Amino acid sequence: MPESLFGEDVIVRTIARIVAPFIQLFGLYVLMHGHISPGGGFQAGVIIASSFILLALALGLPESKERFKKTIRLPMESSGPLIYASIGVTCILAGGYYLQYGMAFLFPPHVVSAILISAVEIGIGITVMAMIVTIFYSMAGD
Amino acid sequence: MVGTSHLPILVVLLPLVTAYITPLLGWIDKRICNPLVVVSMTLAFLASLLLARSVLTGGVISYHMGGFAPPFGIELVVDYFGVYMCIIISFITLMAAIYSREYVAKELHESKTVPYYTLLMLMTGGMMGASVTGDLFNLFVFFEILSISSYALVAITGKKVAIMASYKYLLLGAIATSFTLVGIAYLYILTGTLNMADLSVRLQSVYGVGGSSWTLIAALAFFMVGYCIKAALFPLHTWLPDAHSMAPSSISAVLSGILIKVGALAIIRVLFNIFQPEFVVETIPITSMISWMAAAAIIAGSLFAISQTDIKRMLAYSSVAHIGFIILGIGLATGYGTTGGILHIFNHAMAKGCLFLCAGAIIYKTGIRNIDDLAGLGNKMPFTMAAFTIASLSMIGIPPTAGFVSKFYLGLGALETGTWSGWVFIGTILVGSLLTAVFYMKVINNIYFKEPLLREDVQRDETPLGMLIPILILAGGCVIFGLFPRIPLSLAEPAAKLFLGGI
Repeated sequence: MPESLFGEDVIVRTIARIVAPFIQLFGLYVLMHGHISPGGGFQAGVIIASSFILLALALGLPESKERFKKTIRLPMESSGPLIYASIGVTCILAGGYYLQYGMAFLFPPHVVSAILISAVEIGIGITVMAMIVTIFYSMAGD
Repeated sequence: MVGTSHLPILVVLLPLVTAYITPLLGWIDKRICNPLVVVSMTLAFLASLLLARSVLTGGVISYHMGGFAPPFGIELVVDYFGVYMCIIISFITLMAAIYSREYVAKELHESKTVPYYTLLMLMTGGMMGASVTGDLFNLFVFFEILSISSYALVAITGKKVAIMASYKYLLLGAIATSFTLVGIAYLYILTGTLNMADLSVRLQSVYGVGGSSWTLIAALAFFMVGYCIKAALFPLHTWLPDAHSMAPSSISAVLSGILIKVGALAIIRVLFNIFQPEFVVETIPITSMISWMAAAAIIAGSLFAISQTDIKRMLAYSSVAHIGFIILGIGLATGYGTTGGILHIFNHAMAKGCLFLCAGAIIYKTGIRNIDDLAGLGNKMPFTMAAFTIASLSMIGIPPTAGFVSKFYLGLGALETGTWSGWVFIGTILVGSLLTAVFYMKVINNIYFKEPLLREDVQRDETPLGMLIPILILAGGCVIFGLFPRIPLSLAEPAAKLFLGGI
């Protein structure tokens, strides 16, 4: 892949730089509202990953990779499912079935449920984001 | 608190969680991967044994994921057959993991170590999940997990032939999974549910209706073709010889030993758990159809195996023949027959696992793959070759070994049908066993009695201990479970009874 698809085009580079944080912010919004509105971990992960893909298209692959190194991606890919599994096991330890959220544990059940669902969604989001970026980088010739 | 009641989810979680921990720890130190996987599989094996004890004492266990009641929530159902498969899967994977320690260090590039263990654990997690799930769509998802990780594992050596074999496997596997997905969609259209127990209840009202039963037949056909590709039943076996012979030997042992049996498990689940036995035996005689296909598999697989010169290819074709024995037992749909088929899953897993590990040890030590060049190995690697011989005898079905018991049960099952086709199947079992003897005896003859070309090659040079121990354990198992067949039968018999309850 060349340095950048658009060469040194100032407009593309500037817009990409400005838009990327907002895309990521929107991703976080989708992530945290996943349990009460359309969206959730997977969608949020894809949205956040798309900001890195946009940077790769506009600024070139090396600069995008500099912002999201493999040493960060690799632990993220693994930790998401571990968060998911550990919350499932926490539910067992608290006396329910695997991933049974609705039990009283320090807080009333509905609060615990909201916290744990969000935590599971965050786990999914982390993995999906890191995986999609990794897949994109590999296809771009990592 | 955490008691035996949560074991169904734990046996699935253990390998899956290990699969995600492995890259993290392997990133710090590659040498940590193997002990981690071995410990995890030992725990999974012990958990499966505990699960077997609670199933044997308390009957079928149902576990509700997230606490939602079955038809709506996802349910794990651990019946006799499911826990039986769990024990086999965790045991063979444990043996392959112990064996991998020294094998992988030499046969694979250093950078492949972490992906190797990660994919192995993912595949095991998929197989464990497929064994204990009570939800049809969940079965599909677990099948995808195990298939995709096995495609990658076949190609992990990075050799051109291995990548080609993996690609072929990928294409046929993708066809199989899409067929099963269409089958699932048809059943969902008919009944509006995906829970297996619920499906079998709701399908009762569908059997009689004329128009919609075509959908039902189409669904059954899609399932059978899809899962027969996964189980590599004879005309649909073409991916197997390449994939199983090109994979690293430890992976071949897992693929041939248990992965194709998970396909057989899916066939059993579809035929007996979802559809009514009367429907698959009488209305649409699918069981007799797969029996004939299995009989063809036994003969054809053995004939193909005879003509092979590569030892791993020969073992792979032998698997085609032996999956025929298993499916024949399922298709007979009689007490003894199905028990024999289920028992043969266990016996073949041990014998074929042992044989592939031995083949791996031969390649590890000498680099020989050609059967004609094996001369003198009986003096060079006596323990490995003794194990190879015992496992071969079990494959043929010589009395003190385990293979005899399951073939005997299959023969009894064929007699039990009381028709002329039963006698044909007995003839097939006998001819198949004789043909099996032909190609295994050829190898044993080369190992012990053929003069080696160069005398000085025959130095005592045994397989390293880490690789020898799993080989010997598996070979010992072939004899022990031949002498005490009641141990696996205590699970296989009630499993068969449960499936055939309707007849």
